[in-house]
Amino acid sequence: MYEGAVQDLIDELGRLPGVGPKSAQRIAFHLLAADPVDVRRLVSALTEVKEKVRFCRICGNVSEQDDCRVCRDPRRDLTVICVVEEPKDVVAIEKTREFRGRYHVLGGAISPIEGVGPDDLRVRELMIRLQDGGVTELILATDPNLEGEATATYLARLVKPMGLRVTRLASGLPVGGDLEYADEVTLGRAFEGRRQVDV
Amino acid sequence: MTLYRDEGVVLRTQKLGEADRIITVLTRRNGRVRAVAKGVRRTRSKFGATVEPFSHVDLQLYVGRSLDIVNQAESLMSYGDALCADYPRYTVGTAVLETAERLTAEEKEPALRLFLLVIGALRALTEGEKDPSMVLDAFLLRAMSVAGYAPALDECAGCGAPGPHRAFSVPAGGTVCSACRPPGAASPSPAALALMRDLLTGEWAAAARSEERTRREGSGLVAAHLQWHLERGLRSLPLVERA
Ligand SMILES: [Zn+2]
Ligand SMILES: [Zn+2]
Repeated sequence: MYEGAVQDLIDELGRLPGVGPKSAQRIAFHLLAADPVDVRRLVSALTEVKEKVRFCRICGNVSEQDDCRVCRDPRRDLTVICVVEEPKDVVAIEKTREFRGRYHVLGGAISPIEGVGPDDLRVRELMIRLQDGGVTELILATDPNLEGEATATYLARLVKPMGLRVTRLASGLPVGGDLEYADEVTLGRAFEGRRQVDV
Repeated sequence: MTLYRDEGVVLRTQKLGEADRIITVLTRRNGRVRAVAKGVRRTRSKFGATVEPFSHVDLQLYVGRSLDIVNQAESLMSYGDALCADYPRYTVGTAVLETAERLTAEEKEPALRLFLLVIGALRALTEGEKDPSMVLDAFLLRAMSVAGYAPALDECAGCGAPGPHRAFSVPAGGTVCSACRPPGAASPSPAALALMRDLLTGEWAAAARSEERTRREGSGLVAAHLQWHLERGLRSLPLVERA
C-alpha cells in the first residue's frame, strides 16, 4: 500500500478491464514520472470522451452527434442491417469496405453465466428498427465464439416471423476468437460468403 | 516447471489482457482448475476453439503460482456447437456449468462424481431425446445430492418419519411430517414430489409421463432448494428458457 493519492490512482487503474494490480502499479509510476503536459493531455482526453461521446440513437455505435457517421451517410443501404456486439466490431468491418448497409450494436453477447440475458442488450431497439419493414436482410456478425453463436441463434429465432433474410458470416473466421482480431481479408471474405441461417 | 495431464469440461472463460483467456475447467482427477490459455483470442491460435465452454478436452498444464498454464489442449468432444444452435438447450447448459462451478468451492479438490454428472447432462442435452428442462432438474437434484444436500423427498427432513408427506419446506430441507412442518411450508402436488424422486433416481420412463404443470412445479421446488443452499443465487437460472 502507498500513501493517499498514489494508492488512489493505483486503485482506479486496477478497476480498468485487463489491468491487474501489477500493471496498475506500473502505469501509476509511469504517470508519476511523466511530463506534466503529457498527463494533462491524457486527462483532457478522458474528460472529453465522457463529455462529447454518446451512443448513436439509431444503431448504438459511439458517436459525437445524435447519429453516428454511418447512420448520417445518405449513401448507405438502408435495407441491410449488420448486428455486432461492440463498437470496435463496426471499426473492424468498416475497414473491409465490404459492407454498405447500417449497423446495430448490441452492447455485448448473451451470457447467462455472467447474468447477461437478451433484455440486457439492445435487442428491443433492434426489433423496433425492423418493424417498419424497410430492412430486407439482417446480417448476424456476432463474435465467432460460443456466446456470439448463441446470440445469433437467439436473434435468428426472434426475427423469424418477420420473414426477412437472415445471414451469418461465413465460416473461415477462427472459432473462439474475437471479431476484432480477424484480419481485413478474412473478414471481407466472411462477408462475401455469408450464408442464410435456418431456424 | 511441473507438468500434469488431465481431462475436463470447460466451465467458463474470461478475457485476460489483450489476447489470452482464463479458463475454468472441471477435471476428472483434479477437481476445478483455473488456467491461463495464452493467445486464444488471436486468429491463428492453436487451441482457440478447443477451450470454449462446453468443450470436453484433454489438457496438459504447467503448475503456476496462482493460475496454471495450458500447454496443450486436445478436443475430446465439443458439446458447444450443438447447444449454440438451440437456444433453450444452450441456456440449460449454462446453468449446468454454473452449478458445477459453484458446487466446487475449493480449487483442485477432486470432484469425480460431479464431473461425471456434468458429462452426462451435456450428453443428454445434445442427444436431444429428453426434455431439456427435466435434464436440468435431474442434474441439479443429483449434483445437490453429491454436495450433501439433496432435498428429502420421502421421509421427513426433520425427524426422519417415513413418508410420503404432503408438506415441503426449503429451509427444513424438503418434505416434512405434520409435526415438523414449519410455518410457510408449501404443499406441492404428490405428482411433483414423485417426479423429483424419479429424476433423482433416473426413472426417465416414469418422468417422461409427467404433465407439463407437474414439471413446472418440480422445477420451481428444485430451483428454490438450490438457491437456498448457495450463498448467492445462480445468475443463469433465471435466464433458462423452459419450453
Ligand atoms: Zn448509428
Ligand atoms: Zn417430522
